[in-house]
Amino acid sequence: MATPVTERQYQGKVHEHSRRLMSDWMGRLSRAEAEGQPTGAIMISGNCVELLLACHILPMFPEVTALQNAIRHKSLPLILKAEQAGYSSDNCAYVKADIGLFLDGGMGPGKPMPFPTITVCNYVGCNVYVKWFEHLADLSGSKLFMLDVPFARTAGEPTQADVQYVISQLKELIALCEGITGKKFDIDELREILGYSARAEEGYARSKALCKAHPTPFDAYFDAINMMGPINVLRGTKEAAEFFDVAVVEFEELVAQKLGPLSEERFRTVVEGPPPYPYYKNFRNLFAKWGAVAVASTYSTVGGIWEWGFRHDPRHPLESIAEQMLRENLTNRSITSRYQQIKRYVEEWDADALVIHSIKSCRLFSAGQGDMRDYFTRELGVPTLLVESDLEDPRYYAEAQLKNRIDAFFESLEHKKVVAVGAAGRRGAGAPPSEATL
Amino acid sequence: MTPDQVLDRCRELVNQPLGAVALQWKAAHPGGRAVAAYPVWAPAEIIHAAGMLPLALLGGGTSVELTHADARFQSFVCSVAKSSLELGFQGIVKGVDGFVFSNICDVARNLSSIWKRNFPDAFIDYLHLPQNSTSPSVPVYAANELRRLAAAFEQAFGLKVTEPALAKSIEIYNALRARLRALYAFRIAEPQKLSTTELYVALRAVTCVPPEEAIGWLDVLLADLPRRDARPRDRLRVVVEGAFCEQPPLGLLEVLEEAGCYVVEDDLFLGWRWFTSDVATDGDPFERLGAAYVNQAVPSSTRHEAREHRSAGLIEKVRRSQAQAVIFMPAKFCEPALFDYVLMKQGLERAAIPHMIVEFEEKMWTFERTRNEIETFVESMLFD
Ligand code: SF4
Ligand code: SF4
Repeated sequence: MATPVTERQYQGKVHEHSRRLMSDWMGRLSRAEAEGQPTGAIMISGNCVELLLACHILPMFPEVTALQNAIRHKSLPLILKAEQAGYSSDNCAYVKADIGLFLDGGMGPGKPMPFPTITVCNYVGCNVYVKWFEHLADLSGSKLFMLDVPFARTAGEPTQADVQYVISQLKELIALCEGITGKKFDIDELREILGYSARAEEGYARSKALCKAHPTPFDAYFDAINMMGPINVLRGTKEAAEFFDVAVVEFEELVAQKLGPLSEERFRTVVEGPPPYPYYKNFRNLFAKWGAVAVASTYSTVGGIWEWGFRHDPRHPLESIAEQMLRENLTNRSITSRYQQIKRYVEEWDADALVIHSIKSCRLFSAGQGDMRDYFTRELGVPTLLVESDLEDPRYYAEAQLKNRIDAFFESLEHKKVVAVGAAGRRGAGAPPSEATL
Repeated sequence: MTPDQVLDRCRELVNQPLGAVALQWKAAHPGGRAVAAYPVWAPAEIIHAAGMLPLALLGGGTSVELTHADARFQSFVCSVAKSSLELGFQGIVKGVDGFVFSNICDVARNLSSIWKRNFPDAFIDYLHLPQNSTSPSVPVYAANELRRLAAAFEQAFGLKVTEPALAKSIEIYNALRARLRALYAFRIAEPQKLSTTELYVALRAVTCVPPEEAIGWLDVLLADLPRRDARPRDRLRVVVEGAFCEQPPLGLLEVLEEAGCYVVEDDLFLGWRWFTSDVATDGDPFERLGAAYVNQAVPSSTRHEAREHRSAGLIEKVRRSQAQAVIFMPAKFCEPALFDYVLMKQGLERAAIPHMIVEFEEKMWTFERTRNEIETFVESMLFD
C-alpha cells in the first residue's frame, strides 16, 4: 500500500444537527407519559410517520432503539435475556434486543420511554415485522394495528387494488387514532406535513446525488446514518426539512472544495446491507485504511428510495402515502430489483466495486446474497466482496476474518488498477479492470 | 384397493421426483400443465380450475445433495429454500411449468425472485396473502389477488379460469379437505390404527395427483382403516407444531412414535388442509376463496390473526385432540416457527400444558439424541 489514508475527522454541521434533532425527539418521547401524549410504535421501512404526526401521535421506532443500544455496546445482554426467554439464536437480533429491553422493564436506549399507546405494524416487506409487533403488543398490552402493505410483485406501478387496500387501512388507522386522542383528523394538516416531507426527500436525494462527485463529499454508507434519522424518523417535520436544506449547502461546499471524508479516495464502493452497529467504527476503519469510500448504499433506502424522483404529494395525501409504502422503498421490493438499484448506483455513481455486508439477523436483506454476488461478478463483471456479520449481535462480528477478506479484496483491486493503468499507459487509453474475483 | 395397497401407492408416488410426477400426468393429458406451490398455502383450486395439475414444491428432503444452491443462499438459511432451488439447478423439477410462492417469510420471498432470475423460462408468481385479518377491505383485496393469479395463468399458458370452473374446483377441494379432516378426526379417535408416517405419506401423495384421484384413495382409507386390528397402547398423545413448511424426515416422525408418542394433531402440509370448513361456492368464487383464506383458516405461524392470541389455536388443538403435550418441531433457521415458539410456549405454560422442542433439518439422518430426549420427556409424563 502507498501513503496511508487518514480520516479527515470532519463531522460538520450535519452530524451535530442530526444528533440534536434526534435527541430532542427522544426527549419528547421520554416526557410523553407525563404530558399525556399518546405514542405509536412504528417500523422504519416504508413508514407512514406523516399520518401519525397528523393524528397527533408521537412516533417511536423500536428499530432505532435496537440500533442505539447496539452502538452503545448494550445489545448483547439484552439479546441473551431474550434467548433465555425462549427466542432462538437464529432469530433476528433486532427483535431480541428490544424484547430483552422490555423484559428488563425498559423501552428506550438510555432515556426512559413510555410503552406505546398504539402499535402500528407497517408490514412493508419484512415478515419479521409482523412477529416483532405481535410480540411487542403482547408484552406492552398496547393495541396492535396491522397495516398490511402488499409486496411489490407486479411490474411497473402498484395495482389499483393494492393502492385501494392500503388506503382503506389508512382510513381505519385514522379512525382508530381519533378514538385514542379524541382529536379530529384534519387532512389539511396532513398536506402541510407532507409538504415538509417532500422538501426533506428532495434534500436527501440531492445530498446523495452529490456523491457522484469525485471525491464524494460524505460516505454514503457510514455517514448516511446521520441523515437516516431525519429522513425516516423526523420526516414530515419542519425541522427535518430545514436539516436537509442545510445539509445540501454543506455538501455542495465540500464538493466545490473537492473534499471527501478521507484524505484520499482510492476506491469508490457501493455497499449493500445494514452495518454492524456494535462495531460500527471498527468496520468503517477496515475500509478507510484502503481509501475505500461508499458512494451509494442500499441500506440508506430502507425507509424510502428518493433518488429516482418520488416525492410525497400534498395534493394526493393518502394516495401518495400508499404509493410510497407500496413501491418507493427498498424493503417492499424484490431482491432482484435491488440488483437493478445497485447496478444503477455502480454505473451512475461511478463505483469500482460492490461490497455486500451479509447480515445473519436480517434475511430480508441477506437471504440469497450469494446469487447477488453471482450476478454482479459473473454477469456484470463488477468486483464484489461478500462479508458476513450482524447488525445487532456482537457475537457474529469476527474482526480478524473480516479484515483478512477485506484486505485481500482491496489488494487485488489495487493490483488490477495498477495493471490497468500500466496497460492504459502502454496503449494510451484507459482499460477497465478485468473480470472480478472474490 | 385395500388401505395397505393405497398406502403402498402413496409411498411410491412420494418417492418420485416432482418433475417425473408432472411428466407422467402430462403424458396422459397432452397439452396439460403442472404448477407447484411452495408452502404454506396457495389456491390449488385456481390451478385446478385452469385445467392444470396442482403440485407441492417441498424441497429435496434427504435425497438431494446441494451443489449449486448453497452458493446462492447462506449457511443461516433454512434447508427447504436451498434444496428447492437445487431441484431447479439439477433439473429435478423439469416438467413442472410454474411455481407459486407467497409471503410466508423473507426467505421464501427472496427465493421466488432468485428462482425467476436463474430459471427465466419458468412461470413464477408471488402471492401477497392478507396479513390483516380484520379490515373490511380484506375480502375484496384477496379476491383481486386471486384474480391476478388467474390472469397470470391465462397470460402464460392461455388457460382461462372461469367463475363456474373455479366454483366446481372449490367443491372438489372441499370434498378432498372434508376427507382429510375426517382422517385426522379418525386418528384422534384411534391413533393406534393409523400411524403418523402413514398419514404423512397419504397426505404427501395427495399433493402429487389430481384431487379427484386422491378422494378415491381417501375414501378407501376412511372406510377400511376402522376395521384394522390394533390395540391402544400406553403412549403419550402429542400435538406436533412448527413443521408447516420444511418437512421433517420420515425417520424423525418414526422416532416420535417409537419413543412412545401418538401424534394426534400436527401442522404438516397445513396449506393443503387450510380451511376448517367448506368454502362457500355461491356468489363470486374468487371472493369466497379469498375471504375463506382469512375467516375459515387453521391457525398458522405464517398468517397474522388479530382476533386471538398466538397460542389460542394451539391450545384449542390440544383440547380438541385430547393431547397431553406439545412437541414443537421447527425447522432449523425457520424464522416464523421460531418466533411463534415463544408466544405459544408462554400460552401453553399458562394453560399448564407440557411441551418440548425438537429442531430438525430435512436432511437430518441421525436421530439418537432426539430419540433420547423424546423418551425422557415421554417417561417423565407417563410415569410421574
Ligand atoms: S429481519 Fe431485517 S428488516 Fe426485518 S426486523 Fe430484522 S433487521 Fe429489520
Ligand atoms: S422453513 Fe421457515 S424460514 Fe424456511 S422458507 Fe419455510 S417458512 Fe420460511
